[in-house]
Amino acid sequence: MTLTIPALRARSAKRRRRRPLIVSLAVAFLILVAAMGLLAPVLAPHSPDATSLLNSLLPPGAEGHWLGTDSTGRDVLSRIMYGARLSLLAPLGVVLLSGLLGTAIGLLAARAGGWADAVLSRGMDIVFAFPSMLLAMLVVAVFGPGLTAPICALAVSYTPFVGRVVRSVAIQEGTRPYMESYRVMGFGELWVTLRHLLPNVVPVLVAQSTLAFGYALVDLAALSYLGLGVRPPDADWGSMISQARSAILQGEPWSGLLPGLVVLLTVVSVNVLGEHIGGSIGRKQSEGA
Amino acid sequence: MNAGDLVDTGGSVNAGGSVNAPVLSVTSLVKKFGHFTAVDDVSFELMPGASLGIVGESGSGKTTTARILAGLEQPTSGTVALDGEVIEGHSRRARLRHARRLQMIFQDPYSSFDPRQTIARSIAEPLRLHAPGSRKEHQARVDELLDQVGLSRRAGESLPRDLSGGQRQRAAIARALGIAPRVLVLDEAVAALDVSIQAQILTLLDQLRRDTGISYVFVSHDLAVVRYITDTSIVMRHGRIVERGETEQILRGPQHPYTRLLLDSIPSPDWDLDRVVQDRRALDLR
Ligand SMILES: Nc1ncnc2c1ncn2[C@@H]1O[C@H](COP(=O)(O)OP(=O)(O)OP(=O)(O)O)[C@@H](O)[C@H]1O
Ligand SMILES: [Mg+2]
Repeated sequence: MTLTIPALRARSAKRRRRRPLIVSLAVAFLILVAAMGLLAPVLAPHSPDATSLLNSLLPPGAEGHWLGTDSTGRDVLSRIMYGARLSLLAPLGVVLLSGLLGTAIGLLAARAGGWADAVLSRGMDIVFAFPSMLLAMLVVAVFGPGLTAPICALAVSYTPFVGRVVRSVAIQEGTRPYMESYRVMGFGELWVTLRHLLPNVVPVLVAQSTLAFGYALVDLAALSYLGLGVRPPDADWGSMISQARSAILQGEPWSGLLPGLVVLLTVVSVNVLGEHIGGSIGRKQSEGA
Repeated sequence: MNAGDLVDTGGSVNAGGSVNAPVLSVTSLVKKFGHFTAVDDVSFELMPGASLGIVGESGSGKTTTARILAGLEQPTSGTVALDGEVIEGHSRRARLRHARRLQMIFQDPYSSFDPRQTIARSIAEPLRLHAPGSRKEHQARVDELLDQVGLSRRAGESLPRDLSGGQRQRAAIARALGIAPRVLVLDEAVAALDVSIQAQILTLLDQLRRDTGISYVFVSHDLAVVRYITDTSIVMRHGRIVERGETEQILRGPQHPYTRLLLDSIPSPDWDLDRVVQDRRALDLR
């Protein structure tokens, strides 16, 4: 018995370390997209805003325009590269804000308990039930287009998505017997919460935030598509699809399909990564129990 | 039998020599959970350097009493005084004063550590709270504490899950000693350990008490353990104290039928099951 245990442990550790191919592909794609956005000024073959009516609606593979051009002759590849910046930064903003808010509210609810928990939890339920797009559109209607308003609206919308999970993990961890030993040693609630609860919450926080990033990216693309997000001539993927609408109707779908494909692949990659992170936390927890 | 009365159960000889005031005095402690009374009018005193046993069968209120002492449970009525000062209030100051005087060791040492922290870090943490100093000083103190409880530095660098039960309990003792409390409450502190490891931990505790003059409240249902580690004892049943006095005397000539039952229930070569049944009946008749 005692001899087999270390061997078993070593094997399960190895199994855990091997990452599925799909996850590696997802990570590689996300790195590629992020690098494109970061290095756009260096890598992009054209200025993203340079129009050329003579070269409009070129198909992919055309001379000098690998991915073709849109209806005003702007280079699609360059616009996808520059578009990556806003398309990734905006959801990042949403995720950071909702992560911060959700963690604060989740921890507070878990530690305070009683009526404070009840109020915060019901509040999160209500926000959770409210469609994020609708909230974002209402906020844009009040504050006008631009990215700030939708980012804040979506951050509020996604707060329960993070907060509810943080709360349940914090409650679970908070009942562990070692919490009592810290009380006996004279430590206050705040110390125990920040030093001992928070680190346990970080893994699920990362998993939830990754998933939220994907949702926020789609929501923001949709808002831009509706003309409620990025304002022209700034490029993001959603507005590129939007501006390709008439071209698509004319039977020239490429300038809309390509950014659409990038959105799709990015979201799928983010979700694959999020599921993987969430899954490995679940595995670790069931092993630890 | 004046069980409920306040009787000095502390040793008459105390380590300090000069001061003869109890370091811990508990007066008429009552704890109710709803209508159920878990602790019923418990009073005792503990002198500096003394060791008091709390014995009794399962459910007699030993743990509840210990948890009240540690501030984990609020008594329904009655007071706990440390160094003559009644414990009250929840301010940071009150919390720290309480912690500096009284620490507790739990039955399951594994669950009293943050599983993600090395033992050394866990031991250093209360030092930072109670004894502000440089990182280096704390490091040195941690090494000293590890040494004091017989743990290697390597054990200090381990996570709780990589240590044995005995090592973890040593670590828990080291962590508590770092705060230099006057009283250490131990709730079934060796019950989860192998007999040979139990003996090692008990020897360590005995040694520490002689070296530091710390006092123990030792909760256990194991009378052999209590006989070794305590001078005086109280016997609890249904939340009440039914017998108290020198541990040796209680074990040799139990006055209360309940204590007799506890003693006769210990398996031994001349164990007589009939006598246990008889004891139980005598007790129920009372
Ligand atoms: N939080 C609680 N709520 C309700 N009842 C409780 C609570 N804690 C303890 N009790 C009850 O109080 C009684 C005394 O419990 P306690 O844990 O103090 O006994 P004990 O002497 O330590 O027993 P054991 O030897 O099994 O540890 C038990 O009947 C228990 O069910
Ligand atoms: Mg108990």
